[in-house]
Amino acid sequence: MAVALVLVLIVVGSVLFHFLSPWWWTPIASNWDYIDNTIIITFWITGVVFAAVVLFMAYCVFRFRHREGNQAAYEPENRRLESWLTVVTAVGVTALLVPGLFVWSRFVNVPGDATEVEVVGQQWQWSFRLPGKDGKLGTSDTRDVNAENPLGVIATDANGQDDVVVEAADLHLPVGKPVKMLLRSIDVLHDFYVPEFRAKMDMIPGSVTYFWFTPTKTGTFQVLCAELCGQGHPMMHGVVMVDTQEDYLAWLGQQQTFAQLSAPQQMGSAE
Amino acid sequence: MSVILVFLLVIAGIAGWWLSHQRLMTKPWLEQGMIGDFVALDRSALPTAKIGLGVFLAVVGCLFALFTSAYFMRMALSDWRPLPIPSLLWLNTGVLVLSSIAIQCASLAARKGQVDMVRLGLATAGLTALVFLIGQLVAWRELSADGYFLASNPANSFFYLLTGMHGLHILGGLVGLGRTSVGAWNGAQPQRLRLSVELCAMYWHFLLFVWLAIFALLAGWASTLIDICRGLLT
Amino acid sequence: MVDITPADAVPPAEVAEMELYHPHSWWTKYVFSQDAKVIAIQYSATATAIGMVALVLSWLMRLQLGFPGTFDFITPEAYYQFITMHGMIMVIYLLTALFLGGFGNYLIPLMVGARDMVFPYVNMLSYWIYLLAVLVLVSSFFAPGGPTGAGWTLYPPQAIMTGTPGGQDWGIILMLVSLILFIVGFTMGGLNYVVTVLQGRTRGMTLMRLPLTVWGIFTATVMALLAFPALFVACVMMLLDRALGTSFFMPAIVEMGEQLQHGGGSPILFQHLFWFFGHPEVYIVALPAFGIVSDLISTHARKNIFGYRMMVWAIVGIGALSFVVWAHHMYVSGMHPYFGFFFATTTLIIAVPTAIKVYNWVLTLWRGDIHLTIPMLFALAFIVTFVNGGLTGLFLGNVVVDVPLSDTMFVVAHFHMVMGVAPIIVIFGAIYHWYPKVTGRMLNETLGRFHFWVTFLGAYLIFFPMHYLGLMGVPRRYNELTDMTVMTESAHHLNSFISIMAFIVGFAQIVFLFNLIWSIRHGREAGGNPWRATTLEWQTPETPPAHGNFGKDLPIVYRWAYDYSVPGAKEDFIPQNIPGSFAPSREPA
Repeated sequence: MAVALVLVLIVVGSVLFHFLSPWWWTPIASNWDYIDNTIIITFWITGVVFAAVVLFMAYCVFRFRHREGNQAAYEPENRRLESWLTVVTAVGVTALLVPGLFVWSRFVNVPGDATEVEVVGQQWQWSFRLPGKDGKLGTSDTRDVNAENPLGVIATDANGQDDVVVEAADLHLPVGKPVKMLLRSIDVLHDFYVPEFRAKMDMIPGSVTYFWFTPTKTGTFQVLCAELCGQGHPMMHGVVMVDTQEDYLAWLGQQQTFAQLSAPQQMGSAE
Repeated sequence: MSVILVFLLVIAGIAGWWLSHQRLMTKPWLEQGMIGDFVALDRSALPTAKIGLGVFLAVVGCLFALFTSAYFMRMALSDWRPLPIPSLLWLNTGVLVLSSIAIQCASLAARKGQVDMVRLGLATAGLTALVFLIGQLVAWRELSADGYFLASNPANSFFYLLTGMHGLHILGGLVGLGRTSVGAWNGAQPQRLRLSVELCAMYWHFLLFVWLAIFALLAGWASTLIDICRGLLT
Repeated sequence: MVDITPADAVPPAEVAEMELYHPHSWWTKYVFSQDAKVIAIQYSATATAIGMVALVLSWLMRLQLGFPGTFDFITPEAYYQFITMHGMIMVIYLLTALFLGGFGNYLIPLMVGARDMVFPYVNMLSYWIYLLAVLVLVSSFFAPGGPTGAGWTLYPPQAIMTGTPGGQDWGIILMLVSLILFIVGFTMGGLNYVVTVLQGRTRGMTLMRLPLTVWGIFTATVMALLAFPALFVACVMMLLDRALGTSFFMPAIVEMGEQLQHGGGSPILFQHLFWFFGHPEVYIVALPAFGIVSDLISTHARKNIFGYRMMVWAIVGIGALSFVVWAHHMYVSGMHPYFGFFFATTTLIIAVPTAIKVYNWVLTLWRGDIHLTIPMLFALAFIVTFVNGGLTGLFLGNVVVDVPLSDTMFVVAHFHMVMGVAPIIVIFGAIYHWYPKVTGRMLNETLGRFHFWVTFLGAYLIFFPMHYLGLMGVPRRYNELTDMTVMTESAHHLNSFISIMAFIVGFAQIVFLFNLIWSIRHGREAGGNPWRATTLEWQTPETPPAHGNFGKDLPIVYRWAYDYSVPGAKEDFIPQNIPGSFAPSREPA
């Protein structure tokens, strides 16, 4: 009896917790509400299955608990029932998978008008690079990293000269414009994660990974590192500020380009 | 990871073939009693030790298939610079083939009960295997004398790693061969000796096969072959 | 009863009894023993001992997480060392060793009707190498720089760099050496488990008459034999990177402003190798649990396991499928995004056979005669926690849902529920179930119930709310959850609550250990078959089973393992070695 009751309480408690507890995702600030919707679908389907299985079990425990003189039924199998359950499960799984894959194909296909922004992770800070007037990022190589060239931009590449370099400072993005984040690391794995944007991706030294999103709300958002990167991992915070177009341009005007930074006479006045 | 997946597919095929002979579709609750009818299904007629070795070789095969997978994945990157294969490896391959032939002779002799021939075969196999190992070490020395060090680039590292791993397995085989030889010289039971020699032969042939595969891989033929296959498929 | 006489029936052959090794001294009987039962106990004791270390480590972690800033001795370095060792010990040295080395060794020979494992000497070596692996692992706590703090996944490059505790000290080297030893030792044991099931079965024990426990352990062992080489390869290559300066996994790196010597390696390669082992590993732990829990439910509900054939096929199917889902651990690793489509599909397909197993467990309860014994309670708790953890797996397996949730506390909650709590609960149930066979005495009932309720409810209260922290975006592997906008005040309270629950649940395990030791002498006498079970291990002439297991003659098997409550039979169970037929009145539709 007590066991059946506890099982019921677990279901009721879990459902109540889900709906009543204050712990829920942060308000979304990007276009990835598709992902949130997929999670909601998943919650409904899995929640129903969880409740059904555990409540059925509770009923069995209550109804068929041992009493003197009871005998269990003899039923080795029931192909019809098993086939039905298999089909129903397969349908449920498909209902989860199809929207998931649909959204995933959106996630991996970057729209053509997305501007590129490079994020460079290193132990334990974030740096950024934005394309200059030419709209192109110069190539880079970890081997070229040194104190004057913290991001390893290849100095001979003309595309890189006007790139805006933001070393260990806040990134600003204009609201409503899709951005393709190009992710790079010069030491270990990192992961650029802003909970409000929902998207994240690992950064791997030696290669460039990416994800894209459109910021939909202005404001200040915290960047977290989501891939263990050594003992400073939890301290590796950064800031992304989503601005209106004017604010963004004002900020951009104050930043220095790669050419300015590497020119010796202008050293020391970054920020 | 395609090499290991193909390897596992083969294993799955063998397992599936075996399972398909185990009457997995029957309803066991309807089959009471009747011990006699199932004896054929109970166990294999092969000696248990051979099955044990077979399972072990599957594990070793898996290991080398994974190394090969890793090799191909790394090779696909643009900065891959393979190192020249020392010609000594050809000689070593020949020696290892000889070793396998010798142990096969020992195995045949054991079947006929010719203990002298068994001893001769075992001794030849052991010595040639040792020569192979020494040859491999000489090849390593040659390479490092030419400036191809373990850590200088990933292709070199893979070369030393694969040959080294194979060498370690040969070394382990020599321990087994040593035990068998002790038996052969101290007059072990003919039945036991035969099984023991046959196990050694299985292991030897397998390692020869692994060596040929590694050799093909390091020499670059394996990737050429795959390119051809890919060409045929597309 | 149906007569099936294959046309090409082979006349009964005399099955030669295997040669049995006989110990001559106390040392060879109890220490360097080749008896699988002794080896099983050695494995279990070692695994439990190192598991207690991991339990204490989890307490220390929860102290830091629940009450940040209170305990100064838990530095960031120490925290990362704790989480790494906790994870590695629990997954490899406790769960894998206990299920396969412990339960596998004890149950396989007894359940298939063999006198011992087929290669007893190799089996003994397996244990001693495992012990050596554990000692090497423990020694890293005392090495300069302490154990590695790379996380149990040991991802390069950070695992072998100075920014990670133990990365440029002894920690990572000892860890890799210990893993390599473990794999060597396990392979020796694994050969035994597999070949004993193939060749050691007694007369009449066809595959379809095997208890599901044996099916689970057998399939898991086959998988482990094929999956562990991937970890072996990864460990060897990383060891070379760390010790000899090769660059298998190390690309060009600037560490703290300095160019490292490495160049040209691929960190992703390591992840592929690691998860090629790592995902089957989940099922290596889960399949024995599936098998054992099936037998517990069937025995204690006095009803045959529902859909035995489907259960067998599902075990085999899950085992095979689990080799093609590994990259679902790498959706956000930066691998080619199109892999996501393939691996999400395979991952969700594997949910179908898993769901079938769950249905069949609960359908076994339906119209059963449920004895709420402690093993049964644990079996029920397993279903709850496993269903919960399995369903959250559908979140993480569905590639796009994984994007926001990966590397958050949601993942931590998910895998603890599904491969931490659920299998451990089965282990507890199994210990309460088989302890009478191992020692001849029952475990104390009152302590057992206390242990059950605290463990089950406590663990659920720890890990169920933790999912929601992950949903909020709280990342895993943070030793400090301060200065974060996603961590609200109430979330900090929740964290403290989880920590307190962790202490309570941990305390219950100490009660359990006490029960284990106390009942050896003071437990109620159990008799040979206290649960009135059908399988062969309960039919031994002596309890605990003597050396050689079955007295003079090996049992002969006449029926499957689940003849419970057969209509027309006198008792509600018919052991497998009882001849004669008690035909069910008709074949069910």
